[in-house]
Formats: sequence, C-alpha cells, structure tokens
Amino acid sequence: MISSFEIKQQLERVLLNVQKPGRYVGGELNQVLKDWKAVKTHIALVFPDIYDIGLPNLGLAIFYDILNKRHDVLAERSFAPWLDMEIMMRKREIPLYSLESKTPLMNFDIVAFSIPYESLYTNVLNIMDLAKIPIFTADRNLDHPLIIAGGHAMFNPEPMAPFLDAIFIGEGDEAIEEIVDVYQLWKKKNAPRGQLLRDLAAIPGMYIPSFYNVEYQMDGTIKDINPIDPDLPGIIKKRVVANLPLPPTHFIVPSIDVVHNRVPIEIMRGCTRGCRFCHAGMINRPVRERPVHEIVNSIRDSLQNTGYEEVALLSLSSSDYSQIVDLVDQIKNEFIDQNLFVSLPSLRIESLSVDILDKFKDQRQNSFTLAPEAATEHMRNIINKPISTDTVMATIKTIYQRGWANIKLYFMIGQPGETIEDVRAIIELSKSILAEGKRIVGNRVRLNIGIGTFVPKPHTPFQWVSLDTRDIILEKQSLLKHELRKLGIKVSWADYENTMLEAFLSRGDRNLADVIFTAWKNGAKFDAWNDEYKFDIWLDALGQHKIDPHFYTDRQRSLEEIFPWEHISILVKKIHLKQEYQKSLLGETTEDCRTGCYACGVLPELSGLRKQNSQKPWNCPD
Amino acid sequence: MDRIRIIYKKGEDLRYTGHLDLQKIWERFLRRAGLSLAYSQGFHPQPRISQALPLPLGITSLAEIIEIWLENNEDLDHIEKKLKNTDQPGIEIYHLELIDPFLPKIQNLVIGAEYQVALLDSIAAEVLKNNIDKLLLNETAFREKRGKTYNLRPLIKELYLIQDEKSISFSGDIFMSLLALPGATGRPDEVLYELGIDPNNARITRTKLLFQPS
Repeated sequence: MISSFEIKQQLERVLLNVQKPGRYVGGELNQVLKDWKAVKTHIALVFPDIYDIGLPNLGLAIFYDILNKRHDVLAERSFAPWLDMEIMMRKREIPLYSLESKTPLMNFDIVAFSIPYESLYTNVLNIMDLAKIPIFTADRNLDHPLIIAGGHAMFNPEPMAPFLDAIFIGEGDEAIEEIVDVYQLWKKKNAPRGQLLRDLAAIPGMYIPSFYNVEYQMDGTIKDINPIDPDLPGIIKKRVVANLPLPPTHFIVPSIDVVHNRVPIEIMRGCTRGCRFCHAGMINRPVRERPVHEIVNSIRDSLQNTGYEEVALLSLSSSDYSQIVDLVDQIKNEFIDQNLFVSLPSLRIESLSVDILDKFKDQRQNSFTLAPEAATEHMRNIINKPISTDTVMATIKTIYQRGWANIKLYFMIGQPGETIEDVRAIIELSKSILAEGKRIVGNRVRLNIGIGTFVPKPHTPFQWVSLDTRDIILEKQSLLKHELRKLGIKVSWADYENTMLEAFLSRGDRNLADVIFTAWKNGAKFDAWNDEYKFDIWLDALGQHKIDPHFYTDRQRSLEEIFPWEHISILVKKIHLKQEYQKSLLGETTEDCRTGCYACGVLPELSGLRKQNSQKPWNCPD
Repeated sequence: MDRIRIIYKKGEDLRYTGHLDLQKIWERFLRRAGLSLAYSQGFHPQPRISQALPLPLGITSLAEIIEIWLENNEDLDHIEKKLKNTDQPGIEIYHLELIDPFLPKIQNLVIGAEYQVALLDSIAAEVLKNNIDKLLLNETAFREKRGKTYNLRPLIKELYLIQDEKSISFSGDIFMSLLALPGATGRPDEVLYELGIDPNNARITRTKLLFQPS
C-alpha cells in the first residue's frame, strides 16, 4: 500500500484543483498527531459526510478525546471526500487516508464509523471502497481493519448488517475503551478474526450482525431473529452511562469555515417529554443532567483552548434542563464581555424560553425558533406534544413584545391521524401569528416556516404507522406552499424523495442491504444532498432486487408484527410504546415523566446503574 | 488603542487556508493569547485586523504582514510573549512593531511581493530560459482571469532562475517579483502558466512584501 509520504506528495499536486482543499489536509489547532510506531492500537474515526459537516460533530470529538488520552492508542480522523476530490483520488489511486498522519485507512487496526442518519449508508460503502477495504464483512480477513459503527441510525442496524463487523448500540463513552481492550487482548493471542468478533460480542451493547439469523414469513415480515449459538445474547441492550463523563475541551479548530464554528457542550442527555414521533427522545432515556459548574468550567476551558466566539448548549430540550436559568445567568455574567455568542437550540414553547433567550439578545440580531410541530391541539395531543394554542399565541406575543421581528416555526406534516383540515390549520395559525407580529413590531415582521414530513421511526410509539402516501404528502405540501407564500411567508420543505428514502431505510430489514449495495454501485452517495441526489438509482436498485419500497414505507404494521430491530433493546419496553401508540389513537396524552413515572421500563433495567450516579438522581421519579 | 504590525511566517499547516478564513484564525489566535482586539463601530462591529496582501491559496509565506488594533495599551514585549506562548499551527511570529495610527492602511502601503518557486518535476532548462526571455522581451502578456482579460507583463518586475546550473534539466528555483497595482495583482501561478508550467507541479513561497518608497 502507498505510504503516507507518497500520499502527501500526490495531494500537493491535486489540491488546488478541488473546492475547499483545506478539507483534506488536517493540521488544525488541537489535532493530535502521535508517533505511529509508539502506540499499540490505531483507530480511524470516520464521519461519513464531508469535513465541513463531520468536523463539528460532538460524538466524534468525544471519542477523539477519550481515545487519544490513552498512551497505547492513537485516533485519527477521516471524512468523505466531496465529489471533485473523489474523482482526483480515484484517478491518481490515492486511497482514503486519515487527516493527521495521512495514513491509508487500510493500515488502521480499527475503523469506526459514526452513523447518525440513514442517508449516509451509501457513503459508508463508498468510503470503504475508496479505502480499498472490502465492503462485505464476509470478504474481510486479518489483513483488514475491524469495521465498527455506532450512532443513532444504528438502533436499527439491519440494512447495514452485511457491511459492518460489529455495531455498538447506545452510548459509547465508556464502551469505546472496552472495545480497545478486547482488541488488544485478541491481538496478543494471535487468534483468528472470528475470535475477535466473539470477544467483542461479550461487551454489553455490542452487536455482531453475522452472529444472528433472520427468518422471514411468507408475507415478507420477520418470523424470528436468533443468535447462531446460545452463548450469544438474544437481545442486545443499549449501553447507557450512569453519569455524563467530563466533556471534552480541546476541540479541533478547523482552518476553514465549517457548518458549526463553535464549542458544543452537552448540558443534558435524554428527554422526559415523550413526543411520540421522536426517535431521539425514546432512544436516549433516561435523562441525565450535567451540573452547572461543570458546564461553566468546561465552557471556560474550551474557549481558552479554541478561541471560539460561539458556544452551543446542546440537549434535546434546553428549557427542560432544571437549572437553565441559573446556567444562563452564570454564563452571561462570566462571558458576556468577551463577545461570546450563546446558541440554545430546542427551546420549548413557553414564556420561560423567551426569558432565557432574552438574556442573550443584545449580542446579535437573530430569529427566534419554535417547533409547534402541529397547528391544532388535537394533533398535538396525538403526537404528545400537548401545548394549547393559547400558550403558542402567548409565547409568540411575548417574543414580539421583546423585540424580535423574525420567527421561525417548524411543523411536521403526515403525523398519524392528520387530516387536510389539520394542515389548513397551519395556514390559519400562521395568519394569526403574522397579524400579531404586524400589530406589535410592524412591517419588519418576518415569518419562516419549515415543513418537515413525518417519517415513522423504529423504537418509537409510531413505529407501527404508515408513512403518508406520495399523493397525500404532495397535496399537503402544495396547499401549504401555495397559501403560505401568498401571505409573504418563506417556506421550506422536505422533498418527497428524501423522505421516502429515509422511510424505507429507517424501518428496513437485511434485505435492503443488497439495495444499498446496488444503489451505491450505480452511483448513489451523499443521499442527503438534494443536488446530488439521484432517486432513480434507488428505484432501479429496488426494482432489480424485486423489493417493493411501499412494504417498508406506507404499510400499517399489525401490533403483533416482529420488527427487524426486535433484537435491539432501547430498554423502553415494547408494551410501553404500544400503549403510547394506542393512547395516541384516542387522542390521550402522557405527561412529562418527571412528574410521574409511566413505567417505560428504563428504571428497572438500570436500577443498579442509577446508584452509580453520584451527582444527582436521574430525572426519573423515585 | 494601539496599532500593531506583526510580521510572520504562514506555513504548511495553513497553506490551504484562504485569507477570509485566515482572518478568523487570527481572531481566535489573539483571543487565546488573551489580547483584546478592537472592534469597529456600527451595527455589525468587525474586529480590526488588516492583512497586507492576500496570499493566494496553496502558497506559503516567509514574510506575511498583518496589522491589528488592540483595546488595551500593552507593552510590545508582553504582546509578543503572549503570542509566542500560544499555539497556532501554521503561524510563526517573527517580529512586532508599534505603528503610527495615522499612517495609511497597510493594504495601501504594499505594492507587490517576491516569490520563490520550486518545481516538483525537473524541466528542460533551455526551454524554460527561452520562455522567460520571451516573456520579458514582450510588452504584453494577455491572460484571462475570472472572465476578464488583463496584461500580466507590466506586473512582472523581475523574473529569473535562481540556480543557473549548467545541466540540461532545471531543478532549481524560479524567482519572481510581482506588482500589485490597484485592480491588478500579479499572481505567481499566472506567471507559471505563461512559462508553460502547471502550477499544480510547483511549490510557491512568498519571500518578501514590497512597500511603497516612503
């Protein structure tokens, strides 16, 4: 294989012919470059999208930090090259390499992919191909790196099963080190590759897809999923950390502009709200908060180490962080003189959110973002985001009164039970909001509306429901586009093709692996990018393998159906999800579970772990 | 407020960082060093940093100049120490100077730059020498950049081979001194094209900035 010196020589001759060559060279502030020969285990951390999107990813930063703290390990980064660079690399036979030492991925011991969403699947295959690593597990041997993956999309790993040697389910903050330990022990034994997979399977949360058999019914649904031998767990339970470990503070500062140029800090993991469409809300239970002082200290250190001008306080629902007012005050007191911009995504619709953002308002003119998801109380009850229309309007009023003229609202069409009247209500609500805005702030008022399309996700109360059909989605979209634009509102929406791709991959089974492979072979990659997206390739691939996408997308599942992800447990019991689904059909809501336990199942599973949470009990009631 | 001129080396780690991104790098670098940059007045306050002459992507430099305005009047030695104790890949500080705040903007003082070009592949010496002679003898060398035709020739102040070896193939460096006039900047890659050399196969270093005679 080509040496890293030769790669550098080759790069010098091609980089001025590609867009943003700074994506491909590394060397940024805070990168860790170790002596390759001085460490035992070499790990490539790969985010399968371009540098601009992958670099700011917090998960990647956490693993980079944990792994490089170990003296016997080095971790280096790699991202998907953009199309122009890929052409250059293929032409000159430059294999995909790590940014730090320019070592071909092939030379690493472990290649670990972070896969947060399904539209990256083809990129994972393309990256292995660019790295000259065989794409199927079955074709890899001792000469090849171990290929592992984790991330939110991997809670239904089945469509990617034949490509990945091992898939980690859940929070890897602690397990990543166990994986390294197991790898090192195995290496010492000089044992075959099969043994490595065996050893890895003993790590809680680790799923080895090749060790499981899937049987199907005549109708194409799943009959049973079983391990190939009884020593292996029948159910793979997601891993959870008791306490959030100390956050990283030595973030890599890119030398070029990327999507988020800021210090990201996770203030809380998990969410107690129980919105029934929300994948992240279900798979990240229980809620664990980071103490205020830890957040403030970590912001201080991170700013010192990076010089960044912005910090993002990340969580699934910022205003639910129990010490939010105290946190925001402390941040304001300490850092506001430094021209620091604080971003607080995911604020709830309530006046408290306005109070919080108001504290930072003087720093930059900005828009206020809220996500009512639906415009009628009936729909908001169905999805269990029960906010009264009065509260929505009162919050909006406060926002305008405090001087914001720009509001961005997110709605989601296609939730179960939605009628065209519910969609029309989005227009009516927007009208009232605009009128309120004109009354309070005058003609400066601007309204942006983002229209997402609901995609049923595994492990959620809506995992049984059908995606809206194409005709209905297009009808709802065209109604909204037409009517909202008439009001002078800026509208953005999700293309049906993207929605459908996400829908069949989300709830897909192993049969889709062939489709992914064929689609990739025929040129599908960067599927999340509209301009590069070629939906026909996917339709052809589905056709070629005689797979009907509607089986996965707009088919209502029976309550008894065994899902492709049945052997993956998020610790929330299926019966709880089922009850939540049934309640949604009746328009009944479930309160925030901080106020009372609804026995989702997480607590009994984790009672031992909960005792280890030294700082503060989880936000589950006792 | 103090106006400070910093002379520094822009190295390999920032070779593919353009001047807009470089501005951000300096802002963060100064912040990490604990220096408080002054901001412009107005609705969108901008940090007061000026680069002397933007360095094209892919070129490193032994002689970059940036001017910054600092809020607090601090000892120059202190500032230098703070910067040198702060890590910033691709930037190596050579020298700091306190500058008369009433002097024209640094961008208006610089009139060109010198470059040294190392060729990654050796090239027939005879051909290269002929091409240089031809280019220098002519009064015009029309080239197109971003859809506009311009005359490169008057922007070339000097152009010669540094190691004039007697060997048949040339593998030394090319020296060029190029002018930056209002609306037209002599770029080393453009000169290389004119000499029949693909700039992809060259390593270009800026070695000096040329100032207006005072």
